[in-house]
Amino acid sequence: MTYPNPSTENTPANPHDAGPPLWLLAELTYRCPLQCPYCSNPLDFAQTERELTTEEWVSVLRQGRKMGAAQLGFSGGEPLVRQDLPELIAEARNLGYYTNLITSGLGLTETKVDAFAEAGLDHIQVSFQASDPELNNAVAGSRKAFDQKLAMARAVKEAGYPMVLNFVIHRHNIHQMNDIMTLCERLEADYVELATCQYYGWAFENREGLMPSKAQLVQAEHEVNEYRKRLQDSGSAMKLIFVTPDYYEERPKACMNGWGNLFLTVAPDGTALPCHSARLLPIDFPNVRDMELQRIWYDSPGFNHYRGDSWMPEPCRSCDEKEKDFGGCRCQAYLLTGNADNADPVCSKSEYHDRILAARRAADHATAGLTGLVYRNADNSRLFFRS
Amino acid sequence: MHQVPRFRRGFRFQWEPAQESYVLLYPEGMVKLNGSAGAILNEVDGQRSVGDIIASLEQQFPEAGSLGKDVGDFLQDAQHHHWIELS
Ligand code: SF4
Ligand code: SF4
Repeated sequence: MTYPNPSTENTPANPHDAGPPLWLLAELTYRCPLQCPYCSNPLDFAQTERELTTEEWVSVLRQGRKMGAAQLGFSGGEPLVRQDLPELIAEARNLGYYTNLITSGLGLTETKVDAFAEAGLDHIQVSFQASDPELNNAVAGSRKAFDQKLAMARAVKEAGYPMVLNFVIHRHNIHQMNDIMTLCERLEADYVELATCQYYGWAFENREGLMPSKAQLVQAEHEVNEYRKRLQDSGSAMKLIFVTPDYYEERPKACMNGWGNLFLTVAPDGTALPCHSARLLPIDFPNVRDMELQRIWYDSPGFNHYRGDSWMPEPCRSCDEKEKDFGGCRCQAYLLTGNADNADPVCSKSEYHDRILAARRAADHATAGLTGLVYRNADNSRLFFRS
Repeated sequence: MHQVPRFRRGFRFQWEPAQESYVLLYPEGMVKLNGSAGAILNEVDGQRSVGDIIASLEQQFPEAGSLGKDVGDFLQDAQHHHWIELS
């Protein structure tokens, strides 16, 4: 493949000397047959009307690749809803992307698994809600989800793909850690992501009903470590990745490795975002329908908004750790303090840190079951943009 | 020495112009390889043995002297990371 030299007159300004977006996340659609109450899609997703067309996506993929993107995720919603998925996979692979499909497994068939391999898909990630059908289906809001997921995980392995199994962990399934890891081993997963909820989107609405207590978390961490040791001793290549909730930390995570630094998300309607939840911020983000990706990434006010550190107020401004965590997550700062410029309140130096402490205390005493959660579906979504 | 290294299924090695380096791509991950790691993995084709690869590299970089140990250690390491398989 040849890379045309971008002519200098068309090269957009790059005031922060940003590097290229090495990861591109293509959120093909917000449509999804499941209703996970921790879904990271926006609360008002049902308001999204015009999805990008096949041609528009192909153009995004080409532009991204030319800028240096190498990892590509197809996600959603449920990306399988898009009928043009095989075409997009083939195009992406042809361009030289490493292509990842992130799916709930619903709508997948053995024929599709094979057709995608033919088109050049590199990897499939299947998400589960729990290690048993009852809990899985209750969380997913679908009666047939679990069996379908099992069948598809087997089909993915059968077709020779590397397989990542993803479990979102919360207070209602965190006691299943051992069962989950055993199930993954039986399904011959190559990687297992045990990702405790991050509280944006629907998960923020449901935080009280989802957040595990400290005691639950400590127990889970212990179980994962023991299991990891066992895998190592038996020479297994299965890799366990346990993402713990930052609500139990005293310093925030370096969100997305820095704003507009490595990750570029394109939402179903073409809105370009520095991370998939940034849509909730009161910032105008450009759309790939109106602007070239190069200009969006290097030169748009949205993407330059939180680059560098001149935007930081105290305590971040004079903090010697700001290069390490960039002040944490802008979305979390916004959701918890009402101002996205503030330090992420996970930080113990933040004047709003007590809000994190309050959430921890609440998690110690929460008693509500699954039925108290707001499920992610079009009816509930409409409530958020009508009000 | 006689073992043949190959990339594990799901691992892709390629040159990235934007990063001016070889990278190794795998499910949701990417490692940017330094010059020597890139040069070694560039020889891995699932056909040639560790011995062949060492010979080929010594020919390409005559000024580097004997490379047997470094290349062998690196490939062991790569196997440890589950990037490659040796058979
Ligand atoms: S988190 Fe659940 S509801 Fe949201 S897109 Fe994924 S599978 Fe669908
Ligand atoms: S004050 Fe800001 S920069 Fe310093 S550790 Fe806390 S969040 Fe990070």
